[in-house]
Amino acid sequence: MDIASLLVQLLNGVQYGLLLFLIASGLTLIFGVMGIINLAHGSLFMLGAYSAFLVARATGSLWLAVPAGLAGGALFGLILERGLFRRFYTRDHLDQVLLTFALILLFEETRSLLVGNDFYSVPVPAILDFSIPITSGFAYSAYRFAVIALCLVLAATLFFWIERTKTGAIIRAAAEKPEMVDVLGIDSRRIHATVFAVGTSLAVIAGVLAAPLYSVYPGMGDGFLIISFVVVVIGGLGSVSGAFWAALVIGLVDTLGKAYVPKAAGLAIYVLMAAVLLWRPSGLFGQRA
Amino acid sequence: MSSAGTLLPRTRLGMYGLAAGAAALACLPLIAPPYYIELGTTALIAAMLALSLQLLVGCTGLVSLGHGAFYGLAAYTVYLVTPANGALPVWLTLPAAVLAAALASLVVGALSLRTKGFFFLMVTLAFGQMIFFLFHDTKIGGGTDGAFLAKPVLAAFGYELSLPRRQRPLIAYYVSLALLVAMYTGLALLLRSLFGRVLEGIRINEHRMQALGYDTYRYKLAAFALAGILAGVAGHMWAMHRGFVNPELVGWHRSAEALLMILLGGLTTLHGPIIGALAYVGVLREVASLWFPERTLLVEGLVILAIVLLLPRGLTGLSRHRLERKSEPHKAGADD
Repeated sequence: MDIASLLVQLLNGVQYGLLLFLIASGLTLIFGVMGIINLAHGSLFMLGAYSAFLVARATGSLWLAVPAGLAGGALFGLILERGLFRRFYTRDHLDQVLLTFALILLFEETRSLLVGNDFYSVPVPAILDFSIPITSGFAYSAYRFAVIALCLVLAATLFFWIERTKTGAIIRAAAEKPEMVDVLGIDSRRIHATVFAVGTSLAVIAGVLAAPLYSVYPGMGDGFLIISFVVVVIGGLGSVSGAFWAALVIGLVDTLGKAYVPKAAGLAIYVLMAAVLLWRPSGLFGQRA
Repeated sequence: MSSAGTLLPRTRLGMYGLAAGAAALACLPLIAPPYYIELGTTALIAAMLALSLQLLVGCTGLVSLGHGAFYGLAAYTVYLVTPANGALPVWLTLPAAVLAAALASLVVGALSLRTKGFFFLMVTLAFGQMIFFLFHDTKIGGGTDGAFLAKPVLAAFGYELSLPRRQRPLIAYYVSLALLVAMYTGLALLLRSLFGRVLEGIRINEHRMQALGYDTYRYKLAAFALAGILAGVAGHMWAMHRGFVNPELVGWHRSAEALLMILLGGLTTLHGPIIGALAYVGVLREVASLWFPERTLLVEGLVILAIVLLLPRGLTGLSRHRLERKSEPHKAGADD
């Protein structure tokens, strides 16, 4: 293999991994703080991708979709949390699974009613529709660079928020000992709503960014949901930094695997997950054995 | 506590009720037109799948989202072992299908049971989807479109082809019913045994069972593999009944629907999932596809939402109020 194509695949892997991180970090945060599993998280990603498609079709550009996705996603998350999820924090796993399964069906059907069941490609924004030469004879898509940059900015913001701000400290405390947070007089309902809104917003924006890369299609959330689960399992449930490293590893393994051993690539990430489960069942960054 | 397992009917009346239900199902073909006999077979097979999953969910307290994979894998195995232009007898296809489901569930169970709670959910889902993608993304089973089995597969029952065409669905119906009754009886006996008691003990308090000296991992793995085998029996029957396999059979939506049937019928009884499956496949989904043929999934989503919001105890919970410890073991699992 030549070095230039390896570099392209490495960059693709990083870019894919960072998108996975946006989805998986929301999943793991929502689980860590509220103890709820959201199977519809992948559908939120799908809704993001389709709204990017709709915005791009209406305005001819993707730009508006980025801020609209962040804000709209947060608002939508808030509504979902207030309206539905809040009642399910203390319910059985089974109820949570079925609630979020119902949401998947409803989101997909809404999408089908509004946009139909066709595949659509979404054009890359005109400004970024060029390639950046890196070496002679090798160039890389500017849009993918922009996605990498934006994902890194979002990831850094998320880390700063969780590790360095007061709200972040409360969130970490709520994940560790929720009763203690309540006893200290902090309104945990507000924390729950915030975490849910942030998680939803991240999944939606991941969908917006992914739309020009993977085009949009029905059920696209399912595949990303499963891979995000693998990321969360490898990283350790509830650990955002674990999700970050695991997402990069999965992104690279999957991309390089598909490029160089296409026959076995689909299995590679599951083998990786099996190995982690054998070695460290609570994930690489999980707190408890 | 009575001497019977807690998921079994506690009174003689309850047992008669179940027997009467089975008898009613056996009489159904006498009055129902062929279409409803086929629908009945589909519902009975769904009931087998839900019942096999109940061994994990209701008995042992393990919520698996990968159960449909073993069902679908068994159906695909029938396709894979059947030669292109012939039919194999059932005494070859059934062991092959069950063996495939057993091996897969042993491996998946051995890995996923190293985790608990939500981890277990996610890991079973991920491994289940691995099997799904195996059939969806490769050509071994006809890819995304699925594949037809070469001949009317019920020929595998041998004498069946000598019957007039009209009566053939009857065979599938009665074989399914017999399998379901056998499965229920077998599981009921199992729950009365020490093994079944240990599983229930694990659901209620796993740490205590460990303290009593039980190797709970092995018990859970045995339950997981047995449930996988029973799902394999259901999947084999599905292939016999429909003569068609597609990746949807393997996908996790199938598992989620089976969980819905369990919730609908009630978590706290062994027969609940059967009622849930018959109500869901035989009535709810059928009505939805009659009235809203274009939007069955929308109706399905709304129905599930309504059930989780309004009927957390299932249909059997409607009839009586019970003081239950049902939610306790699951909440204990949420701490993991």
